[in-house]
Amino acid sequence: MGELMIGLYVFVLAALAGREVITKVPPTLHTPLMSGANAISGIAIVGAIVVAGRAEGTTQMVLGVAAITMATVNVIGGFMVTDRMLSMFRKR
Amino acid sequence: MNADILVELTYLLSAILFVVGLKRLQSPATARGGNALASFAMLLAIIATLVDTDILGWTGILGGVALGGIIGGIAARKVEMTSMPEMVGIFNAFGGGASALVAVAEFLNSPTVGMSTAGVSMLLGTVIGGVTFTGSFVAFAKLKGLITGNPITFPGQNATNGVLVLGTLALGAMTLGVFGGQDPATLFYIFCGLSLLLGVLMVIPIGGADMPVVISLLNSYSGLAASAAGFVIGNMVLIIAGALVGASGLILTQLMCKGMNRSLANVVFGGFGGTAGVDRAQIGKRPVMRADAEAVAAELGYVNSVVVVPGYGLAVAQAQHELRKVGDLLEERGVDVKYAIHPVAGRMPGHMNVLLAEADVSYEKLYDLDEINDDFAKTDAVLIVGANDVVNPAARDPQSVIAGMPILDVDKARRVIVMKRSLSPGFAGIDNDLFYSDKTLMFFGDAKNSMSDLVREVRELA
Repeated sequence: MGELMIGLYVFVLAALAGREVITKVPPTLHTPLMSGANAISGIAIVGAIVVAGRAEGTTQMVLGVAAITMATVNVIGGFMVTDRMLSMFRKR
Repeated sequence: MNADILVELTYLLSAILFVVGLKRLQSPATARGGNALASFAMLLAIIATLVDTDILGWTGILGGVALGGIIGGIAARKVEMTSMPEMVGIFNAFGGGASALVAVAEFLNSPTVGMSTAGVSMLLGTVIGGVTFTGSFVAFAKLKGLITGNPITFPGQNATNGVLVLGTLALGAMTLGVFGGQDPATLFYIFCGLSLLLGVLMVIPIGGADMPVVISLLNSYSGLAASAAGFVIGNMVLIIAGALVGASGLILTQLMCKGMNRSLANVVFGGFGGTAGVDRAQIGKRPVMRADAEAVAAELGYVNSVVVVPGYGLAVAQAQHELRKVGDLLEERGVDVKYAIHPVAGRMPGHMNVLLAEADVSYEKLYDLDEINDDFAKTDAVLIVGANDVVNPAARDPQSVIAGMPILDVDKARRVIVMKRSLSPGFAGIDNDLFYSDKTLMFFGDAKNSMSDLVREVRELA
């Protein structure tokens, strides 16, 4: 089985697992869910590090560093703002 | 055990923790820990990558992380909760942009990749990431009011977009050398430009009221773009994390569409939000019963149960805190107070819940539409603050433009009090019979001032 097929299996199964887990998130937490998911999409930082780390030419370096910067904004900002929101959800 | 296996196992652990972290979002009690777990998973994935990659220069990497971390950290601390949709919008743009740049850089490394798995993944990553990038910026600008929130349309728009999509596909095939040996790098730059243009054109025709759908959809795209980047560099944790975000965004998109009773196609191609076929001149011409703060306080203070329906007008006026004070005072008087929240009450899914949580309303008092609709018949008084379409009984009329939209059945309660600036219509552009009903009292004014007056009057009740 080629790498593409393995990747497709992983993608489809992960999406199904995600669907099972996320359908059960109550509406009251949908905004934190979205900003948390948003932070997770900052996983592109992994790809950005690979690109910038291996870069030999200037173009690749610039693209890689720009990607790292954007992905880090996403990761740090996303997780922090989600935490800030969730800290407000209190039971009285 | 060699280092490679250790790195792979770390990635696996990271993927597991992302799923477990999201699972903990199923309850407000465990959600904060879940978010922390997901951020730990991200840290693991980053460390594994740093160990695994033969890094030639650290300066750029560390500089990028420092700059991004500072921007993200400041934004997360400063942002007002009312501005969360804009924040998520701009973050979607960054996530999509980062994924696109990864794909672009890899393509430029090997422009002659041709028709292959790698080639297709690179172009997919570029186009999905590019569309997410510019589309999210347009959504951000609309939400922020930098450009008009109304649909921007022109004749033949859908046809133009259709041609553009086909053109992008054809250009992608040419870039991969399907039609023979052109210069792939040049073609690729045009392909990038078309991807960015596509993102703009796809979002401008969508109206401000549909932004919850668009934000959710772009959130989904930012995940798919990350997955595509995962295929490009052959990294499973990117594929998995991207798929999770893609699924999450898609679920929220479907829920938002359901909340407005519209199909996704209708939102994306509809240009909804106009007032075609509605006689605006007649709106607000019929007599209503008015009430002042004193009368409203009396209606709320001597009953057993009150349900509050907050709408976006509440958030615009920043009156959440005063509303909570009214709720507290009523509870001190022995009134049972609940909050009924429509799925599209705010500008993004769950937005109103966050605003009320910020104002210190207990999350156990927040009810969604399905949970509360049967309670209205047993409710003494409903207080509607800055909401309109979501309580419009016209949704039950098959002839109405909002026919079939799920609404809060507030007209089944004994008394309805509507706090609103004027009788002007909501996003649907139609009149609301509820306002003219003989059980409805209209309490006109700015939500914040009216709510302050109400706090004072409820305090003065015997």
